[in-house]
This record gives sequence, structure tokens and C-alpha cells, in this order.
Amino acid sequence: MSNAHDVLFRTLSDPTRRAIFERLCREGEQTVAALTARSGVSQPAVSKHLGLLKRAKLVRDRHEGRQTHYSAQLNALAPLIDWTSRMTGFWQSRFDQLEDLLKRMDQ
Amino acid sequence: MNQQAEALSVVVEREFPFPAERLWRALTQPHLIEEWLMKNDFKPDVGHKFNLRGDWGGVLDCEVLAIEPHKTLSYTWNHEHADAAYNLTSVVTFTLTPTGSGTHLRVEQAGFRKDQPQAFGGARFGWQKFLENLDQVVARND
Repeated sequence: MSNAHDVLFRTLSDPTRRAIFERLCREGEQTVAALTARSGVSQPAVSKHLGLLKRAKLVRDRHEGRQTHYSAQLNALAPLIDWTSRMTGFWQSRFDQLEDLLKRMDQ
Repeated sequence: MNQQAEALSVVVEREFPFPAERLWRALTQPHLIEEWLMKNDFKPDVGHKFNLRGDWGGVLDCEVLAIEPHKTLSYTWNHEHADAAYNLTSVVTFTLTPTGSGTHLRVEQAGFRKDQPQAFGGARFGWQKFLENLDQVVARND
């Protein structure tokens, strides 16, 4: 689990890579060429980023003729969402208790 | 690899229909902190080290970093765990803002993996925005 976290965090640490991943999340499946056109970096660079995203299981590839299509794998984000969801839930429930306390407190 | 990758951040906000002074007491008096948060030996002094003790037996190591009465309070929120994956070095910051009818309270917890202390002061704002975006994306895809 620890290693999976590391891979995930390291993979998403690069802004260009993160931007590619976010685009796939927002816009759905795309080819390397389409991703390159709007990324501001070279196609080999985009391919390298996609390779690392794939290794982290953040994207999946699908071959069709000479084209490779990439799509985001949102379930790979579970460790991140888990941490933030857990802490958000923790503070929200504590705020509920704080509100109860404030009602009971002396002026 | 970018060593600042380990940052995570959570923000929870709520408006309470009470004056900031009352919230401040709840945030800074040990017997009141215990009622809504955890058992503690907090003192409102910068540099004071204290523990928060959870019902589950967990103990958090804390140190007061900043304090401005009725406005802001910040302390470390660190957790040692046998499994390094659960080690956490984080900072919790409470910010109080008076509103027409009460007080807006914002808590931010910015966390980092324990084995990456150099991540402190790093990319947490970028991460926060990123995670907010992700939350929206994930919500749409559920």
C-alpha cells in the first residue's frame, strides 16, 4: 500500500503529467497526437508521461490501427480521495460537535 | 522526481451563529477543546508542545506555530505510525472571520508524508486545487 501511494504521488507530482491526466479526466479518451497538440511539449515527451501514468495505473491504453488511445482510470485515485475524504469527514463531524458545544457555552 | 509531491490539503468551512470570542474559547481552552475535538494539554503559547489523544488510542504530537487571538490559530498535527505509510506530518490552521450574523470558521489541514519533510512550504496550494478539480471530476463520473 505504501509503495502504491509513493508511485501515485510521484507520478502526479509533475505539472505537465498532471495536466495530461486532468485533460483525460475532463475530456475522455484521446490519442497521443491530440494530447500533444495542446500540451506544449513534444510527442516523445507526452508519450513518456503517458508511459509513467500507465505504470501508475492512472491511464489505460487501447490500440486501434496505428493510433493509441489513452483514457483516465479514476479508481487509481482511491488512495488520494480516501485521505481527503476521511479528513474532510473528520473535520465536518468535529464541527458538528463544536456547534453543539457553542450552544451550551456561557456567554 | 519532484520531492514536493507528497503534499495533501483539506479545507472545511462553516459559519457559526456565535461571536468570534466564543469560538476562540472553544478552540483554545483545554476543557472545551476536549468536548469537541480530543483530550489535550493545549496552551495558547507559540512553541508550546502538546498532545491530542483520540478515543481510538492514537496520540498526535502538536506544537503551537501561530496564534492571533480571535483570528487565527495554527499548530502541527503529527502522527507516528508503525506503518510508515500512515505517518503524517501536517499543520492545522483555524481562521476566524466575523460575519454579520456570526463567525465564519475555516480549518485547513495541510499534510505531508513524514519521510518527506522537505515538502513543507511546498506545492500544497497546487495540490489543493488539483484535488478539488479531481473531486468534481470524480463526482461527475460516479
